[in-house]
Amino acid sequence: MIHFVLHEAKDTVAVAVVEGIKAGATLTAWIMDDDKQVQVTALQDIPIGHKIALKDMSTGDTVFKYGTDIGRVIAPIKTGEHAHVHNIKTKRW
Amino acid sequence: MISTKTTFWGYRRENGRVGVRNHVIVLPVDDLSNAAAEAVAHNIKGVMALPHPYGRLQFGADLDLHFRTLIGTGCNPNVAAVVVIGIEDGWTQQVVEGIAKSGKPVVGFGIEQHGDHDTIMRASKAARELLQAASEKHRVECPISELWVSTKCGESDTTSGCGANPTVGNAFDKLYEVGATLVFGETTEITGGEDVIVKRCRTPKVAEDFMVMFNRYQDVVNRHKTSDLSDSQPTKGNILGGLTTIEEKAMGNIQKIGKKCLVDGVLDKAEIPGGPGLWFMDSSSAAAEMVTLCAAAGFAVHFFPTGQGNVIGNPIVPVIKICANPRTVRTMSEHIDVDSCALLQRDMVLDQAGDKLLDMMMRTANGRLTAAEALGHREFVLTRLYESA
Repeated sequence: MIHFVLHEAKDTVAVAVVEGIKAGATLTAWIMDDDKQVQVTALQDIPIGHKIALKDMSTGDTVFKYGTDIGRVIAPIKTGEHAHVHNIKTKRW
Repeated sequence: MISTKTTFWGYRRENGRVGVRNHVIVLPVDDLSNAAAEAVAHNIKGVMALPHPYGRLQFGADLDLHFRTLIGTGCNPNVAAVVVIGIEDGWTQQVVEGIAKSGKPVVGFGIEQHGDHDTIMRASKAARELLQAASEKHRVECPISELWVSTKCGESDTTSGCGANPTVGNAFDKLYEVGATLVFGETTEITGGEDVIVKRCRTPKVAEDFMVMFNRYQDVVNRHKTSDLSDSQPTKGNILGGLTTIEEKAMGNIQKIGKKCLVDGVLDKAEIPGGPGLWFMDSSSAAAEMVTLCAAAGFAVHFFPTGQGNVIGNPIVPVIKICANPRTVRTMSEHIDVDSCALLQRDMVLDQAGDKLLDMMMRTANGRLTAAEALGHREFVLTRLYESA
């Protein structure tokens, strides 16, 4: 089963595509563009549609999804943690 | 799935355009005329009123857009005939004359000096005659190149960008190849992905026109925003669904134009494209506003991918919903026409998802009612540019 998807290998976050992902679970992430799979362990519960961090990130780092800059880190994020509005913000507006 | 030889069964209108529905509509010019329009639709079964809250004391570009949207709605090939009702004769006749240029049957009624009773009676008689005439129109076989398809996503989440929107993109790539006319828009929702669009423009002039539209909308945002657009763009629903920033939302949005088709031209709001290909229309990202503008520009079918479950429809254009979020498909199945969830489990490849959507598009064009049509979703929302005088 695919638990997370990401677009490019360069992406630093992946999207949960199933419900009920719990902290501690080791999960499969599918890199869509390369059609490869990688494993990731969730440190927190991740609701469906929400993102998991695939690498440790520090404040000010750029977050990549679609191989593209989608915003900046505003609070440190560990690999496996929930990545969302509490730790990522737009660079626009 | 589709080739240049593919055909569908549509209604060929007086101006040569092809529609997939055969509506007779009662179109109020202004808010004051909604009651009469709805009374006519109540009297004559099978006629549809399109009530809306605007049309008084508008001026300049905002008034031009109002007329362009109403006239374009009347001219849409999914409409067989139109009854226009306005509070006074002047603007009513302006809308009637605009629609009449398409060659379509249209009559107008001003309420002043008549009152609602007399207007409703005369308009009902006209509506009955137009409806009975329209009921004798037959579908004819038409090449797929004559189908105009618009797209706009809504209540998006991250599954939109991974699943539902790429499904639309795959279908758009295939429709582009067979010479269909296509449109996308949502100007602010390209923020963070504008460079991607610029690279997809067919000529430097198209790219320049796109950036003029893009920057014009950025100026509006910057002029009116407070701190940022949090909760508006992305919306609270988007954020609940896992979308974090406008850049992320924009990159998901852009998946709808596929990987191959090029942007052939740029349109202002509700402007009619001048030929086949993929067009960018400057527009609001609010679902009903954007779909209403596409309908006014003459588009006959709409692709609406959703993540969290937007329930939108349109009075005259069938809105086909595509979803790749298994929770939404489970909890809101009555709203979803095409389920793309298998894409995210690798149980279906993108080409298959695109074909599944095209199959539903063909069935819908041939007459199948969409979920939104069956549920009675008829959101008709006019875009306003600024305050009335």
